[in-house]
Amino acid sequence: MFSFVLQSTLIMTNTEEQLAALQDIRKIMERSSRFISLNGLSGVFVGLFALAGAALAYLHLSQTNGRVADDYDAVALVADKDIWFYCIDAIVVLVLSVGVSTLLSIRKANKEGLNFWDPTAKRLLLNMLIPLVTGGLFCLILILHNFLTLIAPTLLIFYGLALVNSSKYTLEDIRYLGLLEICLGLLAAYFPANGLVFWAIGFGFLHIVYGIGMYIKYDKKVK
Amino acid sequence: MSNKAISIAQLNKTFESRIRLGIMSILMVNDEVDFSRMKELLQVTDGNLASHVAALEKAEYVKVNKQFVGKKPNTTFIATKLGRKAFTAHLEALEKLLKSTK
Repeated sequence: MFSFVLQSTLIMTNTEEQLAALQDIRKIMERSSRFISLNGLSGVFVGLFALAGAALAYLHLSQTNGRVADDYDAVALVADKDIWFYCIDAIVVLVLSVGVSTLLSIRKANKEGLNFWDPTAKRLLLNMLIPLVTGGLFCLILILHNFLTLIAPTLLIFYGLALVNSSKYTLEDIRYLGLLEICLGLLAAYFPANGLVFWAIGFGFLHIVYGIGMYIKYDKKVK
Repeated sequence: MSNKAISIAQLNKTFESRIRLGIMSILMVNDEVDFSRMKELLQVTDGNLASHVAALEKAEYVKVNKQFVGKKPNTTFIATKLGRKAFTAHLEALEKLLKSTK
């Protein structure tokens, strides 16, 4: 009887040890190949900045136009003169978003004793930038050719592709956000009159919802 | 011999260390990893890492490349085909063992 108890406790500790080893392996594989310091709160901030930017564009549009801005074609007509206002608006939103996301990621990495700027971060950045820069340049070309109605859908589609592409190098959940952005972009291209609305949904609303979801899934538990 | 005993027999003695398991895990998902990155991921000392790598190198599970970048020595590690096979078999044995004790 005693030997049976002894044996089973021996097996128990052995099993627990092996289980811990397996969990260790999984953690190390994840940590060494994916950038895991993304913070869910970043999504919320990015969403808020995007909504603010969209609101500013909407205000400017209705002021200069004297018309309600749900007619996105109007943007194409007036925006000719004002295009730089919208460009600066978009760039400010972009800079604020990237800045806050980076800060929050650095903070999370420090908290978990990780190095923020490691090979996984570099790989993520590179793979995100390839579709994003392509999309950005494509939009500049659209502006030069005056295809302004296509800018909102183009940004959404390329951003979605960037997310799908970089999901291999960071938290996998980004993939579905990317797919949603691509769908919205295609819808926006089909209904060009509502570009600003789709833009606000894709960059604002979706980011906030996703950010909250990610925060609950990953960051709340860490605390 | 019971299932459990078979699984235990299949466990690879070379991997009987948390650090060696860590080294192999990292090399399974990364093509090439240098010394300082490995140290940072595993949070171990130079000597400790070197001795465990040496054991894996001796078993021909890991290939060690020593190069110089300027005047600085730069050591990188790659998992060999044999190492990948052995590590996968080890993980499968571990999993079987855990399933049989459940």
